[in-house]
Amino acid sequence: MVSRTTDDYEKLALAGCETICEPAFWAGFDRASAQGFYDYFRQITEYEPKRAARFGIKHYTWLCINPKESEDLELADDVLALIPQFLGKPNVLGIGEIGLNKNSRNELQVLEKHIQIAADYDQLILVHTPHLEDKLKGTRLILDALKNHSKITPDRVIIDHVEEHTINLVLDQGFWAGITLYPESKCTPHRAIDMLEAHSGERIWMNSACDWGISDPMAVPKTMLEMKRRGWSPTAIQRVAYDNPVTFMKQSGKFHLD
Amino acid sequence: MNTWTPPVNVNLVDLGFMDSRSKLIDLAAFLDRVQRVGQEGDFRVAALKQAIQLLAGDQPERARNILLSFSDPSMEPIPKATTQGAVGAVPPALG
Ligand SMILES: [Zn+2]
Repeated sequence: MVSRTTDDYEKLALAGCETICEPAFWAGFDRASAQGFYDYFRQITEYEPKRAARFGIKHYTWLCINPKESEDLELADDVLALIPQFLGKPNVLGIGEIGLNKNSRNELQVLEKHIQIAADYDQLILVHTPHLEDKLKGTRLILDALKNHSKITPDRVIIDHVEEHTINLVLDQGFWAGITLYPESKCTPHRAIDMLEAHSGERIWMNSACDWGISDPMAVPKTMLEMKRRGWSPTAIQRVAYDNPVTFMKQSGKFHLD
Repeated sequence: MNTWTPPVNVNLVDLGFMDSRSKLIDLAAFLDRVQRVGQEGDFRVAALKQAIQLLAGDQPERARNILLSFSDPSMEPIPKATTQGAVGAVPPALG
């Protein structure tokens, strides 16, 4: 978790976390060159697994240029060209988090190029959907781009940051859905649990926002505690917090628990 | 994979009432505050007031409907991203 301190790995280990997966994302500022991404890809494929291992946590990751930095097509092409050489790393699960941010033409073009790489190299896909007023439109555009590619099968794609107005679009078309927990401004534990209950926990994972904003890596264990207070059985909690992500990530062929 | 077992009944009002009451009063105080300083014409405040109407619905779809009311309804990609952030309601130029 490049945006977090080592203390957060320790907290997660103490809460019983065995494995994390970290998407490639924004650095909190726009990188000036593809070389910056090369170093970043080394960091998340070589260094972060070691940092996590010190606390007994297995670390997996995803690779891409994120949509916030996709407006510059020349930079995006240079970064896309770097990705294949890292796909063979043992902790890389696939392409992500790709998607859209402001739903622009260039972002969409870069998204389609990422989808092509995933198809060419038979990779899982992790998708970021835009925030707030841009989410609904972005989710629709992303789902169309994925469905338009003949080689992409929905059960190998997870669409992240769904909310009440987008979750049905995602699940009804056979994709996996991710619910991201935020301490402020977006989805809360209670809303996440409402959505999980409405869909019987089917093809959904939940994750903690762990980025440059105010976020809480402990959001998943805190939500598990809230589930208990709301009458969930231990097996139902186990299913959404553990079995579901394991089922999705095992499709990569690289993910293992021991 | 385990089959789904629905949660046992618990009193969700006990669990959530105080928090919801507090958030509703916060919302009311926010509207009072922006009105006192003459900022209620902001498009975000207008969007909030419109969304509040949806609380009166009688179906358990209020959260979804409120999210839809804050969403950009257009379908075409924009020509170019000129900002990186989102503001939470559709700016007048887009709506
Ligand atoms: Zn994201």
